[in-house]
Amino acid sequence: MILETLSTILLISGAFFSLTGAIGLFKFPDFFTRVHAASVTDSIATILIISGLILRTDFDLVAIKLLFILVFLLLTSPTASHALAKSARHGGLLTLAEIRDTQNKDNG
Amino acid sequence: MLVLTATSVAILSVMALALARALKADTVYDRILGVNMVGTKTALFIAVMGFLGGRPDFLDIAIVYALINFIGMIAVLRFFEYTATDGEPGDKEQSS
Amino acid sequence: MAELIDLVLLGMLAITALRIIFLKDLFAVVMLFGIYSFLSALIFVNLDAVDVAFTEAAVGAGIATVLMLGTLALTGRKEKANSHTALLPLLVVIVTGAALIYGTLDMPPFGDPENPANQHVAPRYIEESPQEVGLPNMVTSVLASYRAFDTLGETAVVFAAAIGVLSLLGLPKQSQATIESGLKSHLVLRVVAKLIIPLILVFALYVQFHGDYGPGGGFQAGVIAAAAIILYALVFGLPLATQVIQPKLLKILASMGVLIYAATGVAGLFFGGNFLDYNVLASDPVAGQHIGIIVIEFGIGVTVFAAILSIFYGFASQAERANIQ
Repeated sequence: MILETLSTILLISGAFFSLTGAIGLFKFPDFFTRVHAASVTDSIATILIISGLILRTDFDLVAIKLLFILVFLLLTSPTASHALAKSARHGGLLTLAEIRDTQNKDNG
Repeated sequence: MLVLTATSVAILSVMALALARALKADTVYDRILGVNMVGTKTALFIAVMGFLGGRPDFLDIAIVYALINFIGMIAVLRFFEYTATDGEPGDKEQSS
Repeated sequence: MAELIDLVLLGMLAITALRIIFLKDLFAVVMLFGIYSFLSALIFVNLDAVDVAFTEAAVGAGIATVLMLGTLALTGRKEKANSHTALLPLLVVIVTGAALIYGTLDMPPFGDPENPANQHVAPRYIEESPQEVGLPNMVTSVLASYRAFDTLGETAVVFAAAIGVLSLLGLPKQSQATIESGLKSHLVLRVVAKLIIPLILVFALYVQFHGDYGPGGGFQAGVIAAAAIILYALVFGLPLATQVIQPKLLKILASMGVLIYAATGVAGLFFGGNFLDYNVLASDPVAGQHIGIIVIEFGIGVTVFAAILSIFYGFASQAERANIQ
C-alpha cells in the first residue's frame, strides 16, 4: 500500500516534469535555454517515472529490465543533448545575450 | 491503474508537443531537439503501456527505442558535421 | 483506451506524413521519417504485434535513417525544384485511390473472427504449435519452423541486397588509420559510446537467444549488433571500425549465415526427413525443433549483421571519400 502510494506520487510528479519540459521547448527564447529545459526535465522525468514503475513490479526480471532502461536513458539522453548543444555552438549559433551584444555594437 | 492511464496520457501529450516542435522549428537544431525528445518519451511511453496492458515483455522494445534513438541522434550530428561546410549551418530553414 | 491511443497516434502519423511532403530540406525529411517509423512502431505495439514493432523500430527508425543520411552525404541536402505540372499525377493518384477504396468495400469486416485470414491456417498454428514446437513465442514457431522456407528466402534476399549494394559501391579497403575522422571534438560522446557499445552487444545476444521466449530473434539481433558497430564507426571514424570488423570478414560472415541455414535443411534430408524438417534432428521431435530453430536463428542473425554492416561500410566509405576530395 505504501509502495503503491509512493509509486503514484513518483509517476504523477514525473508526468508533471515532462510536461513542463515540453512547454519549455516552446516558451524559452533561444536554442540553448530550450536544450536546457528539454534535457534537464528529460532526466528527472525518466528517473521518476521508471522508479515509479519499478515500485509496481515484484522486483524480478522486469525490475532489472526497467533498471537497465533507466541506466541506458540516463547515459544516452544527456550525452545526446550535450553533443547537440556543442554541435550548435560549433556551428555558430549564438545565445540570446550574445545576439543582443552584437546588435548593441552595431547600433552604438 | 488510473495513475498509469494519466501518466500515459501526459507522456502522449508531451510527445505531441515535441512532434509539433520538430515539425515547425526555427533552426535545424531545434528540429533535432524535438526529434530526440519524441524518441526518449516514446521509450517511456512503451514502458508505461506495458504495465497498463499487463505485458511486461514490452520492455524489450522500450530498450530498443532508447538505443536506436541515441544512434539516430549521433548519425544526424555526424552528418551535420560533414555538410557544415556548404551553406550556413544553423541559419533559418526555408520551409514551404 | 487502446482505440483512443491508436487514433491519436494515427493522427500524429498523418500530420508527420503531410509535413514530409511539403518540406524541401531533405535532411529534415530524413529526421521526420525517423519519427514516422517510431510512431508506426508504436501503433504495432498497441496492436500487440510485438515482433513487428521490434523490427520496425530497429530497421525503420535506426538503420534506414543512418543509410539515408549516408546517401544525403553523397547527394546533397536540397530537393530539386519540380518544373512539371501536377495535373496528370494528381489525376493518376485520384483514379488509383478511388480504385483501391472501391476494392476495400469487398473486404471482410476488420477483426471479425469469421474472416478467411483467421480461418485458414492460423487456428492450427495456435492449437498445435505448443505440442509440435513447444515455444512460448508463437511468432518464432511460425517464422522459423512452419514457414522456414519463406524465411530462408527472406534471408537470401537480405544477402542478395548486400551483394547488390556492394557491387555498386564497393567495400572500403582495410587501411591503417592515417586520417583521423569521427566526432573527434566530442569527448563526452566518445567516453559514453565506449560504455554503451558493450551493453548494446550484450543486448543483441539476449535478443538473439531469447527470441524463442519473448519478442525478438535473428533479424532483430543482427540489426542491433550491426547498430553497435555503426555507432562505433560514427563516433570513432570508419578506418578504426574497419580494423575492428574487417570488410573481408563481413563477406565471409554474410555467406556463412545463409549456408548455416541451408545446411540445417540439408541435415534434415540426411537424417531421413524433408528439407528443413527439424523433427528428425534429435530423438525427440520437440527437442529437434528446438535445435533446428536455434541454429537457423543464429544463421539469420549472422547474415543480417554482416549484410547491414557491409551496406553501411559501402555508403560510409563513399561519403568519406567524397568528403576528403
